[in-house]
Amino acid sequence: MTWTHAGPALIASFLASMVEFVEALTIVLAVGTIRGWKSAMYGTFGGVALLVLMVGIFGPALNHIPLHTLQLVIGVLLLLFGIRWLRKAVLRAGGKISLHDEAAAYEKTRIKLSGAVGPASTLDGVAVVTAFKAVVLEGLEVVFIVIATGANGMLIPASAGALAAGLVVISLGIAIHKPLTRIPENTLKYAVGVILTSFGTFWIGEGSGMAWPGKDESLFALATVFLVASLIAVSITRSYTRVPQPETEVAN
Amino acid sequence: MNTINEAVKEFIGLFVDDGSLAIASIIWVLIMAFACAHITAIAEWRAPIFALGVAVILVENVVRSARK
Repeated sequence: MTWTHAGPALIASFLASMVEFVEALTIVLAVGTIRGWKSAMYGTFGGVALLVLMVGIFGPALNHIPLHTLQLVIGVLLLLFGIRWLRKAVLRAGGKISLHDEAAAYEKTRIKLSGAVGPASTLDGVAVVTAFKAVVLEGLEVVFIVIATGANGMLIPASAGALAAGLVVISLGIAIHKPLTRIPENTLKYAVGVILTSFGTFWIGEGSGMAWPGKDESLFALATVFLVASLIAVSITRSYTRVPQPETEVAN
Repeated sequence: MNTINEAVKEFIGLFVDDGSLAIASIIWVLIMAFACAHITAIAEWRAPIFALGVAVILVENVVRSARK
């Protein structure tokens, strides 16, 4: 296994998982701060336990699916997943929709949870469910990202990438106890959209018997094509969203 | 039942945001899969054509969304 082969899976998994971990952390932080850490931790560990159970049950089943079928199915799902991210990132960069803001997401969850709060030592059902749901949903995305980016025998680097992202985000969360607003999430999401769309397109090609020029290295070319296409789309979007400035009279 | 419906909706939402983008992408995949199975010509160009098609689908969808 060389860096050229393992690198794309590791980097893609690291960046994409980081976005998911940041989003889960924001909600768990809001739950812990407003409703108490006991409930937040029960929800979090419950979510992690369910994810481990699901991976344990469904993971081995993947080995029984023929490789080309697996590549095609994962490729289609990954293309839909990635192009959805990329579309949103382009519309955000073009000013058509507002930028994702972790501070706003934190505030939204905080307001939602700021009803009657019991003693911090007791379990709070709403808080447990909120943390549990966030961890399961974002965690499912991480599991999917690892399987999808590691689908060509690269599960170990893809898992390592996700694990590293999880450690970075959790460490930062413990250290600063605030939503990670300084992580450039919108730029990260743009990059991840490009990468995941490239992986999805690549797997569909592999699964349906297309020959990629340069084999695995064509992933870099694919990323370039989607980056250029998305930049063109950003530029066109800006031309539609630009508010015309009122004309001002020039004094002679 | 509501919780299950909500979970299914959230799961589908991971892959589908704009329905027309998802449909166009799937139709393009089906066209290329059909071409791979039944057309032997230009075998070496199928992969690049497929990738360019995906890029065109993305740009067209974004431009249409930006116009709204």
